[in-house]
Amino acid sequence: MSTFLHQVFSGLATGGIYASVALALVMIYQATNLINFAQGEMAMFSTYIAWSLINAGVPYWLAFLITVTVSFIGGMVIERVIIRPAVKRSSLLGVVIVFIGVLVIFNSLAGWIFSYTIKSFPSPFPEQALFNNTYVSSHELGAIITTLVVLGILYGFFRFTPLGLAMRAAAQNPVSSRLVGIRVGWMLALGWGLAAAIGAVAGMMVAPMVYLDPNMMQGILIYAFAAALLGGIDNPWGSVLGGFIVGVLENLIGAYLFGTELKLSVALILIVAVLVFKPTGLFGKVLVTRV
Amino acid sequence: MVALLEVSGLEAAYGATKVLHNISFTIAEGGITTMLGANGAGKTTTLRSLCSMVRTWGEIRFEGTRIDNRSTEEIVRLGIAHVPDGRGTFLELTVDENLRLGAYVRKDRKAVPGDLDRMYTYFPRLKDRRYQQAGTLSGGEQQMLALSRALMLRPKLLLMDEPSFGLAPLVVRDIFAIMRTINQQERVSMLLVEQNANLALELADQAYLLETGRVVMSGTSEEIRNDEQIRRSYLGY
Repeated sequence: MSTFLHQVFSGLATGGIYASVALALVMIYQATNLINFAQGEMAMFSTYIAWSLINAGVPYWLAFLITVTVSFIGGMVIERVIIRPAVKRSSLLGVVIVFIGVLVIFNSLAGWIFSYTIKSFPSPFPEQALFNNTYVSSHELGAIITTLVVLGILYGFFRFTPLGLAMRAAAQNPVSSRLVGIRVGWMLALGWGLAAAIGAVAGMMVAPMVYLDPNMMQGILIYAFAAALLGGIDNPWGSVLGGFIVGVLENLIGAYLFGTELKLSVALILIVAVLVFKPTGLFGKVLVTRV
Repeated sequence: MVALLEVSGLEAAYGATKVLHNISFTIAEGGITTMLGANGAGKTTTLRSLCSMVRTWGEIRFEGTRIDNRSTEEIVRLGIAHVPDGRGTFLELTVDENLRLGAYVRKDRKAVPGDLDRMYTYFPRLKDRRYQQAGTLSGGEQQMLALSRALMLRPKLLLMDEPSFGLAPLVVRDIFAIMRTINQQERVSMLLVEQNANLALELADQAYLLETGRVVMSGTSEEIRNDEQIRRSYLGY
């Protein structure tokens, strides 16, 4: 029972990471119908920024804040400078190639600047488990809570602020959005900024568990794809739930069925299964329209 | 009367196809102007031109300043609200959110809740469906929503594209009655595009007739209504 609970909790911790990355993917997908293949590498690069800051002696949470801010701005710049011209001038396939280009650039850039050697990344949470329990480490618990806080802030932003509402409107109906005065182009850039910031948090939370190297996020991105598809690629909150489900499932299957070597295939099997049997995912939206 | 909007020599094109040819007209402040014409005459395109939603040439002046080189988003900020062809509803958002979006560019955020209530007084049916997804509304309710959303801007000029389209006569009567109220009480100037000439001429005080992208006749509603040819071709008696 104790191992089972331990697997579940640690699955929830990684699941939160998948959920965050999946949410970042879905946010961009909703606004542009494009999957940002570079999302993981952007998050990895953000984590390196945090690592550099912490190594330079900046306190953890300050480094955290700076990294999130820099990533937010960086995401907006990438959208404005690279993605927008590509979308404007190129075909869908061309844009996909640009995404892959960005992926490779960030991966190589990280390797070039920081080298490919694996680095340990500090956790801001205490070493000792809470109340000395054996089910969940402090970092795992902290990661879960951090993820939930980020999700809560995002929910509040999209649900209750005029800007959040405008972003949702711009993603759904750009033409009408312009007619109420929303600057749709900026909403897209803002979406990219938010996605990059979420990715940065996910990267910093996962790095203490998997160690920091330029390929850190590649597996995680696949899990995040699986999560987004499972939850429904057009449903942000479905994809979040999908993230937690995938995280727990991955751990349980790894512990009781296949062993850890085949863990990643769980994600791939899930992707294929969802696409074949239920392409809308568990919570994919069915829009009711009356004429 | 002072001209709120002056259009001169307006041309518009979709790709290589020109659909408006040298159109000129003015809209008086506080008045209701209607643009009549058959399908394909260029009515919708004229409205789109005013909001910079198509490529145009020529001069468009709003309150004396040129707006033909501005983006749609900027034009909205000047106080021009547009109820587009097809109503432009945000189908997946709630009625309430649709209305709030209408007030997105307004600076006086504190006055927005009051305006929301006012819209719900105009259209109590919207209030009943306040938290419902707008896509589930009937056609008439969606038109009410579209009109209310545009009014949430507190516009100086309201552009309406065929508000009667596809609606039951009773619903149309309601909507037109409220448009008249709004014009009289809030002094919102309107440009109404309609295929239903009878209805439009009843409401408007000025009218223009479009045929294949050209203004072929203009005058007060009275004059247009009494014109022999119009009566036969557009009013049907």
